[in-house]
Amino acid sequence: MIAGWFLVATSLAYLSLLFAIAYWADRRADAGRSVIANPYIYALSIGVYATAWTFYGSVGRAASTGLGFLPVYIGPTLMFVLGWIVLLKMIRISKVHRITTIADFISSRYGKSHLLGGLVTIMAVIGMVPYIALQLKAVSTSFNVLLHYPHVTAEGPSGFAVIGDTALWVAILMAAFAILFGTRHIDATEHHEGMVAAIAFESVVKLIAFLSVGLFVTYGMFDGFGDLFSRAAEVPEMRELMTTAALDADWLALTFLSMTAIICLTRQFQVIVVENVHERHLIKAMWLLPLYLLLINIFVLPIAFGGLLRFPDGSVDADTFVLALPMAEQYPGLALFAFIGGLSAATGMVIVATVAISTMICNDLVMPGLLRFAWLHLSERRDLSGLLLNIRRGAIGLILLLGYLYFLLIGEAYALVAIGLVSFAAAAQWAPALIIGMYWKTASRRGALAGISAGFLIWTYTLLLPSFARSGYLPEGFIEFGPFGIELLKPYALFGLEGLNSISHSLFWSLLANVGLYVGVSLLDRQSTIERLQATLFVDVFRQGGADTATMYGTVSATDLRDVAERFLGREHTEEAFAEYARLRGRALDLNANADGDLVQFVERRLAGAIGAASARVMIGSTVKGEGVSVDAIMQILDETSQVLKYSRQLEQKSWELELATSELKAANKRLTELDHLKDDFLSTVTHELRTPLTSIRSFSEILHDTPDLDVAERQHFLSIVIRESERLTRLINQVLDLTKIETGRMDWQMSDVDVRDVINHAVTALKQLFDEKGIGLEVNLPADLPPVRGDRDQLIQLAINLLSNAEKFCPEGKGRVVVDLAPGNRFLTVSIADNGPGIPEDQQQLIFEKFHQVRGGNTGNPMGSGLGLAICRGIVEHLGGRIWVRSRPGHGATFYFTVPFAHS
Amino acid sequence: MKRPGDIEERSIALFLLGLLLFSPLVMRIFDRGADVTVFGIPLLFAYVFLAWALVILILALVVERLRPDGDEPPEAGPPEAGPPENA
Repeated sequence: MIAGWFLVATSLAYLSLLFAIAYWADRRADAGRSVIANPYIYALSIGVYATAWTFYGSVGRAASTGLGFLPVYIGPTLMFVLGWIVLLKMIRISKVHRITTIADFISSRYGKSHLLGGLVTIMAVIGMVPYIALQLKAVSTSFNVLLHYPHVTAEGPSGFAVIGDTALWVAILMAAFAILFGTRHIDATEHHEGMVAAIAFESVVKLIAFLSVGLFVTYGMFDGFGDLFSRAAEVPEMRELMTTAALDADWLALTFLSMTAIICLTRQFQVIVVENVHERHLIKAMWLLPLYLLLINIFVLPIAFGGLLRFPDGSVDADTFVLALPMAEQYPGLALFAFIGGLSAATGMVIVATVAISTMICNDLVMPGLLRFAWLHLSERRDLSGLLLNIRRGAIGLILLLGYLYFLLIGEAYALVAIGLVSFAAAAQWAPALIIGMYWKTASRRGALAGISAGFLIWTYTLLLPSFARSGYLPEGFIEFGPFGIELLKPYALFGLEGLNSISHSLFWSLLANVGLYVGVSLLDRQSTIERLQATLFVDVFRQGGADTATMYGTVSATDLRDVAERFLGREHTEEAFAEYARLRGRALDLNANADGDLVQFVERRLAGAIGAASARVMIGSTVKGEGVSVDAIMQILDETSQVLKYSRQLEQKSWELELATSELKAANKRLTELDHLKDDFLSTVTHELRTPLTSIRSFSEILHDTPDLDVAERQHFLSIVIRESERLTRLINQVLDLTKIETGRMDWQMSDVDVRDVINHAVTALKQLFDEKGIGLEVNLPADLPPVRGDRDQLIQLAINLLSNAEKFCPEGKGRVVVDLAPGNRFLTVSIADNGPGIPEDQQQLIFEKFHQVRGGNTGNPMGSGLGLAICRGIVEHLGGRIWVRSRPGHGATFYFTVPFAHS
Repeated sequence: MKRPGDIEERSIALFLLGLLLFSPLVMRIFDRGADVTVFGIPLLFAYVFLAWALVILILALVVERLRPDGDEPPEAGPPEAGPPENA
């Protein structure tokens, strides 16, 4: 028999050790050498997830459902796989906004709403009290089991008078611990070093204890896994447990439930988010925590099967196998160690949960209430930090008292696992607002309120009330026949949804209503400014510098702010904080000046750490006159829009530039096409022009070649045609070459001062013979005195010859008359050459200067030249800086004019 | 070349793999009753714990390999633009 006093002494000694560790860690932290600032302690502290429920209850569940205990640990593993996406964001948001509880997180996200914070807090109290009761029950049960050593029994409370009620003593000790190490500081964002260190230590103890029992059962009682399982396989009921058939239908539901639980349970939020010293610690914890859960679960099945084999008659509750097996095998030391492990698991959970919930009660329930009661003159009281601490201490006591009462009144009715899952299902109601809210800006306060309330009501109806009914506090008929006998409203088969486990059933309905209303109401809602701001700050937390821009805007002196801060933080903390602020800003703070937005925000955030975001806002709001959202805040909201606008403007600019480039390209392309077209025309015309003389040369050469007996006269005639055509060909080719040279600028211009009279004379002399032969009269009027022009003499002669021969060509034979006139102007000399030929129609007068354009029609029909002469003329004149044009009335001859600049101008 | 975005993508892929490995359907594949054993452990039990260990191993590789050398997670600036979190 293990003596009662020995058991009590051992428990006390262990708890004293915890106090010592916590005290030591706090002292180290005060000295600046934190023990918890490393990823391993962080990961171990998250191991608080494994409570007495894991320690005792998993085996119980495995004994009835085989692998059915596992989803509760698979879920957290899966959630931690997503740690980089979900947890990191939660931690960052909480650090930026100095969020201290899950209620604060949700209230902050939805516009610092008091209502939401209060609702979440009430849910936390109602949901977690059974869980705390569960831990007390576990400790109490294990205590009693051990007291009966070596008799293994499932008996309830013993008659051990002095100890009386174990659970009460345990509750009192835990309250003392939580008060001592959980409420040391008022600023809740300061880490509870001592508490975390103790929790991490407890995680190690419970792991080693459980592994010891597991190894003992597997290798001490049996001959390893193989022996254990093969002997179990001989029993039909146990064979059944080794298949998936033994699994509850709610495998998936439980996996999902525990995924949300690992972040939504208040104590998990506390250790993962609030107690996180550095974000980088999360990286190791992401795989260390799942590993921890894996290790602590390895021996669950062997212990369960070992227990079933050892106690085949079912006389021992499977929930106590961890203790009962060492006891039955006469290993009191190991049994004691297992008891200590279970105690660790229970105390760890209770301490963290009570600290977390007491912070919630203080910041999200009591403070907002107190601040509203003007008659308390709270905002005028000097030092409130003591009051805050006392509220928290009171809350811790209250929660443990409630837990104890719940344990007394209801606890006996339920298996451990059932109570735990009920709490999980309550916490799961926060998951949509919490997780979706981090990624979806449209989610609104009213949406979250509607979703959470609906989920909570359905949870109450489908899980909490039936648990009262089962314990006899409500008529049993409530479960079996529904309230007032309405079958459709049976709490375990709502609206006729039968065949589900009560947890799956409740989860389905509550989350359906929760998510449905949350999303639906959010979509139809209009967010207020502060909601939209907070939503943006939460969702885009990685994009901003993390500044809380929802700063009050108004006038308040720095002294007033300091006074407010002092009331809640205490004088010492406030002075430290203000000194730190001054240091960060790099200049001393002028206490008499008006506080700027930065300082207001700094103080608000400091207060948020102490009394919650919503209360801090109210507090600051009552101090700052002329509350409003700052210009900065509005700018931040606008920022996104303006970014979009900026991009769209840039896009517009770009597309405009593109359009411009396109039109330029189009023009260039059109020009190129034209040129290409012209080139084609030019080529076809040139070849055509070349072919004509070539054809005649070839035909006459063939005749000469084929008929050697041609008489001399005829041969002579043919040969002269060949020669003439060859000359024409040469001329044509020369003209083409000249034109190309002019057009491409490769002509070799010999610029000099030229006397135009000389040029005209030269041309006239060259063509005199031609004019005489055709009987054309040529009249040249040259002024006596003419200054020289600037030009190329040879080209000018060519120009004159071209125009004169052109005139000659079109003059009627015999009565033709060509007049050349020189008219000196101011800067230009105008030369005109008039003929009395058929003239040029109005529409052709521009075109004749184009390449290969020949005046057709009229009475001749035949083209009279190559069509290049005038084009060359224009090329020359334009190159010399003059102009060429023609005036003509059909039937009355044509006059060609060109101008050349004088040399002196 | 560090590609911090990989952690997100691989996390999601691993999450989906986890869902698959622990789905009742896949577990049923490994449910061969009590007689098919691996080192004396029923195949189903061995499978579940090995799959679990595998997920943890991959997770550790993903986050430890891909994490940036610096102290901060990739997207992080200083935790707060203004005052630090500790007084």
